[in-house]
Amino acid sequence: MADLETFRTETRAWLEANCPQSQRTPSEEFEDICWGGTKWRFVNEEQRTWLEVMAERGWTAPDWPAEYGGGGLDREHTKVLRQEMARIGARQPLFSMGLSMIGPALLKYGTEAQKQQHIPNIIAGKIWWCQGYSEPNFGSDLAGLQTRCEDKGDHYLVNGQKVWTSYANMADWMFCLVRTDPDAVKHAGISLVLFDVNQPGVTIKPIRLISGKSPFCETFLDDVIVEKGQLVGEINKGWELASYLLTHEREMIGSMGQGNTHEKSLPEHAIEQVGLSNGILADSKLRTDIACWEIDNMAYQFTAERIGDEAKSGQGVGAASSMLKYAGTELNKRRHELNLGIQGTQALVWEGEAYKDGLVASQWLRTKGNSIEGGTSEIQLNIISKRILGLGASK
Amino acid sequence: MALVLNEEQGMLKESAKGFLQENAPVGALRTLRDERDEEGFSRDLWRQMAAMGWAGILIDEAHGGLAFGHVGMGQVMEENGRTLTASPLLSTAILGVSAISIAGSADQKSELLPVIAEGKLLMTLAVDGGSRHNPLNVGVTATASGSGFSLSGEKQFVIDGHVADKIIVSARTSGSEGDSDGITLFVVDADAQGVEIDRIIMADSINSSMVRFVDVAVGADSVLGEPGKGAAVLQQVLDIGNAHLSAELVGLSLEVLERTVAYMNERKQYGVLIGSYQGLQHRAAHLFSEIELAKSVVIKVLQALDEGDDDVSMLASLAKAKVSEVATLATNEGVQLHGGIGMTDELEIGFFMKRARVAEQLLGDQRFHISRFAALNGY
Repeated sequence: MADLETFRTETRAWLEANCPQSQRTPSEEFEDICWGGTKWRFVNEEQRTWLEVMAERGWTAPDWPAEYGGGGLDREHTKVLRQEMARIGARQPLFSMGLSMIGPALLKYGTEAQKQQHIPNIIAGKIWWCQGYSEPNFGSDLAGLQTRCEDKGDHYLVNGQKVWTSYANMADWMFCLVRTDPDAVKHAGISLVLFDVNQPGVTIKPIRLISGKSPFCETFLDDVIVEKGQLVGEINKGWELASYLLTHEREMIGSMGQGNTHEKSLPEHAIEQVGLSNGILADSKLRTDIACWEIDNMAYQFTAERIGDEAKSGQGVGAASSMLKYAGTELNKRRHELNLGIQGTQALVWEGEAYKDGLVASQWLRTKGNSIEGGTSEIQLNIISKRILGLGASK
Repeated sequence: MALVLNEEQGMLKESAKGFLQENAPVGALRTLRDERDEEGFSRDLWRQMAAMGWAGILIDEAHGGLAFGHVGMGQVMEENGRTLTASPLLSTAILGVSAISIAGSADQKSELLPVIAEGKLLMTLAVDGGSRHNPLNVGVTATASGSGFSLSGEKQFVIDGHVADKIIVSARTSGSEGDSDGITLFVVDADAQGVEIDRIIMADSINSSMVRFVDVAVGADSVLGEPGKGAAVLQQVLDIGNAHLSAELVGLSLEVLERTVAYMNERKQYGVLIGSYQGLQHRAAHLFSEIELAKSVVIKVLQALDEGDDDVSMLASLAKAKVSEVATLATNEGVQLHGGIGMTDELEIGFFMKRARVAEQLLGDQRFHISRFAALNGY
């Protein structure tokens, strides 16, 4: 691998030459970030080009092994690439649950055949993956899930219902938690299977949220066929994979509020709306609230950095992802409440060109789900209490 | 730079932990308090701390110090926060040493720093003219007199004032209250004619004092740094002080959390451990999460001090503001989750609450630093 400075110089030049201008602006709408998959409609040719040139270098997944099409970069080189992308405000060329969740799980637990079939498609953004976890009666109590998976000799047959399946209506494949042993106690009889959602027996109904958008679906599974080679890891040992995936999900959701560095900050918005008086924000309560949020936000960033550095040097505690998920999502909710306060009534416009067509209000409402999805804040506090603090252990 | 301790810093932290818990636990502070010790700290303990090099952690090697840096000193302060050890570490080894190192002339450095490193000279910094921290409200005036100056006025809440050998004092040589120009720093002998020092017993039983200057004559060679330009030096010293107070408060908060969690796993009500109740678990878990945030802001500002980063002031205010909030939460929850026993003087948890509030107020509380953080960021 090239030394870091050479790599930085080369990367900077390459990005300068290859990142289209439209891909260097802050992404506001859902469609601005490319999710890939067979049903994806690129907003413009530049979005397509950006995905293709990055995928060709494996830079949609810079730290994945090169043998499956990944970038093959180590942590330091990956960091340089991200810094150089941030420098020009380059968008992520691809955002997907394939990259953030099932991909890492397959690299760790998958068979060689599974890796060869799925990893290159994830890197190239050819397949959109969705996640089948929660069920109507099993949300926080996920391990109680009842979707049945029966061994039919040359294939498995899946029956049940999933809910909160992210963008199932846009997806190509699902990674799904199923019960393979109905007699085992809770965690013991679960497996993780992969299947194509475009087959008879899969019925998908989008759920409309308070934000007016429908990022989640209900998914009904009736005699869905799963090929034998598509069970990941050992049968009935799926809870370990589920936990691994949930950790990734927590990290992803926890860091979601971090936004684009090119976005306007809260103080900038506030100065625009409220103005300065003698060099300080004219509304003193707002000024304090914003400063407190900025302080907590920086503290959060430093903590994510510190926990990463500790993990790298072999220090630190497990279950840190629960702390980051809890703090990060609560912080993001606060950010959007504050933003409403800064923008005033116009932030609550729901329809009409006049004010971003309800975007601000819709984004604010969407954040309410951050502390619910991927394990509620209360579940994260349970995990911290039991696994880190050791509270309530019977003696 | 990675936000972790290197091996040497980790070793210093471990040895500080061992030494303080063995030789100066919270019980030692209780004894000083109950016996109404005149000095309020143990000279013998300070000699041992100096023998280990702690008085000179921030002093360069040329002047007999360890040059171990702020991250190193911060680890000692964090462990100090766990044991509430009364010592001149903050007044002398942090505030005094920093002021001399930043602004001292070659003569002042070679006269003072080596003796401090040996543990033989105690110093303090007299900043505030009033009860609410404001470094521009100096409260002491210095008027030219002969070849030197004459100091008059009062300083409040001067740490270790009654045991200090020398006092670094900010005084106004020109301008009016609120101006940053016209502030000059002086190094004054505590036993100089006209210096009156009254010890003040604070809630935390750690030393403070009022210092009055009544026509105190000082020579031109007692000026520290450039006349009239003391505010900038003072600011650097205060940033350093706040970073280390934040380190102390993180140690204090961690200790309170650990003691509280241990109690929740031993106290039973209704036949079960109180730690098995979710209503209490979530409060402890939230506190854990907040302390994790506090740890990060402290190591960040300590590293920035060692690196000489431009944003040290912003990071110091960020740290003091966040950590003060967390220490208030930790000590309030610590008492509440202990229940009735938490209200007793017999249990040590109350000592942590008292120290936390005093340390939070010292050199600016949460509100002061939130406002300063906003101002430094242009709003």
